[in-house]
Amino acid sequence: MTTLNNRIDRRFSKLRSEGRKALVTYIVAGDGGLENTVDLMHQLVASGSDLIELGVPFSDPMAEGPVIQKGHERALEHKASLRKCLALIEEFRTKDAETPVILMGYANPIEKMGAEVFADALQAAGGDGALTVDLPAEEAVPLNELLRARDLRNIFLLTPTTSDERIAEITELASGFVYYVSLKGVTGAGHLDLDSVHENLTRIRRFTDLPLCVGFGIKDGASAKAVSADGDGAVVGSVLVSAVGESADAAAAKDRVGAIVGEMRSALDS
Amino acid sequence: MSKPSSPIDFGAYPDARGHFGEFGGRFVSETLISALDELREMYERLKNDPEFQAAFDYDLAHYVGRPSPLYLAERLTEAAGGARIWLKREDLNHTGAHKVNNTVGQALLAKHSGKSRVIAETGAGQHGVATATVAARLGLKCAVYMGAEDVKRQSPNVYRMKLLGAEVIPVESGSKTLKDAMNEAMRDWVTNVDDTFYIIGTVAGPHPYPQLVRDFNSIIGREARRQSLEQFGQLPDALVACVGGGSNAIGLFHPFLADESVKMYGVEAGGDGVETGRHAAPLNDGVPGVLHGNRTYLMEDDDGQIIETHSVSAGLDYPGVGPEHAWLRDIGRVEYVAANDDEALAAFRQLTRTEGILPALESSHAVAYALKLAATMRPDQNIVVNLSGRGDKDIFTVAAIDGIEV
Repeated sequence: MTTLNNRIDRRFSKLRSEGRKALVTYIVAGDGGLENTVDLMHQLVASGSDLIELGVPFSDPMAEGPVIQKGHERALEHKASLRKCLALIEEFRTKDAETPVILMGYANPIEKMGAEVFADALQAAGGDGALTVDLPAEEAVPLNELLRARDLRNIFLLTPTTSDERIAEITELASGFVYYVSLKGVTGAGHLDLDSVHENLTRIRRFTDLPLCVGFGIKDGASAKAVSADGDGAVVGSVLVSAVGESADAAAAKDRVGAIVGEMRSALDS
Repeated sequence: MSKPSSPIDFGAYPDARGHFGEFGGRFVSETLISALDELREMYERLKNDPEFQAAFDYDLAHYVGRPSPLYLAERLTEAAGGARIWLKREDLNHTGAHKVNNTVGQALLAKHSGKSRVIAETGAGQHGVATATVAARLGLKCAVYMGAEDVKRQSPNVYRMKLLGAEVIPVESGSKTLKDAMNEAMRDWVTNVDDTFYIIGTVAGPHPYPQLVRDFNSIIGREARRQSLEQFGQLPDALVACVGGGSNAIGLFHPFLADESVKMYGVEAGGDGVETGRHAAPLNDGVPGVLHGNRTYLMEDDDGQIIETHSVSAGLDYPGVGPEHAWLRDIGRVEYVAANDDEALAAFRQLTRTEGILPALESSHAVAYALKLAATMRPDQNIVVNLSGRGDKDIFTVAAIDGIEV
């Protein structure tokens, strides 16, 4: 790619040239109050996040562990929705023109809005890509084309159980970066196996030059640094959502989230 | 809905990717794909294997107690004043409902897979009991996910599952009902996929579940077709079955789909009335969307969030429906109607009093519609109603409505 019209591509290109690893952070839009989400996003960036995955709350988040499920439930109590997520990105963009933001969620809210309306709205809001958890490669082609036509990126998951044949198929569709799920299980699970991460990232690397980020089971700076040794970055979600959930108010949530992200940033850069 | 010009080969569905027209598919996280591939490959291999089929047939005959009778309900027919009403007596199966046809079949698959643990989701508890039953028989560990609200509403079935050696896990997330139990069972499966087989209880979920649950339940329709020819010398004029996820209905309908003269009615739970919005009738009042691994009709709000459903019957209290039903609706092969709580309760009482058969509240929805339908038909015509389960489990619900403490 030569032009780098997309912020995700620009960000990974910059990180590569600096020899740094990406820190990808996930929060649930509207968790802790819709009015506080944009502030929290700016805090993520200030503390060292390179890319924000904004979770779109869904009533039935099938792939999430208990921590992120509760985040979705809290956000839904605050009346968060896909439409409001798009508005949050637009608001975020007024003060941050460069940090990439992707929407991570489930297929049904997009189906309801209509895939083309969604792709247009994501582009108009200043979003950079989407990760739709329950839209595996064989069901993702129509949305993928709509996103690609707008220079938006489509992030796919790969797992320890994904066959070589599927890796080839998925990386053909994937853009922006590839999200490697480090373990069998739901978000927030604890059994990280670094040998398996190494082995699988090496396997995936044979199929794609896209940046590889590793998520699931990353709890602190040490685990973030360890998983990103063979890849291009680490994704952290559950510990941040947990911090938001346990905080008494928005200011406390910002402090706690900022401290966790800051510690991870230092570990990754050390 | 316009009729297609050339006959549809219903046996060719789902396609290789699990689609029934625009419905079905595999809308799951990548973490589940390899497990679904493994299941699909195993099922493709076994479904035409004579040894596997013989083992299934043996269990249906000797463990489930099949064939189930096709019973002419004479006094009910008289009361309706029209077509003859025949009841396909799935309530007489071991464990008291059609659910066991599927769990016996999936248990054989579990055994073949070599996995030592089975899990299931359950609403009213019937599928949980049927799963715990086959797990006990095969010596498999068993965990059943059940919404915390349903655990409270269905305590006899909870205790039955425990007696059978299953662990019943109350689900506290979301609306704490069947849909959340299914989410939680999926999460368990993703985490423990190496040693765990997931026995889904209805024709929903990701491919190949809608297909294999249908195939195992199709014994209902195959028997009913043969029994109709033997007992009244022709095919039925109409079939009626209740539809929650839709496994008993598809089991009855599927072997008749190519018989154009046979009309079919799927009866959804109308709750307080479809017009009130408080119901569980996505085929009457829902829109296509994606939930639990397949595209189908759903009950959802303007933002695509799944909404709570309402029905007196816990087994029909589900916001989605099997994708094959969604397709059969759109191509016009099956008509989907609704019976309200009140109508189902009235049918429950009427069947009990006229025939001495206590139907499940789920099946009572089918009976309620059959009574209306029969009245519009001639006395020389025949309706087959799937009496999918017995009502013993529901006596506490009915007693509570009557203000009686049992």
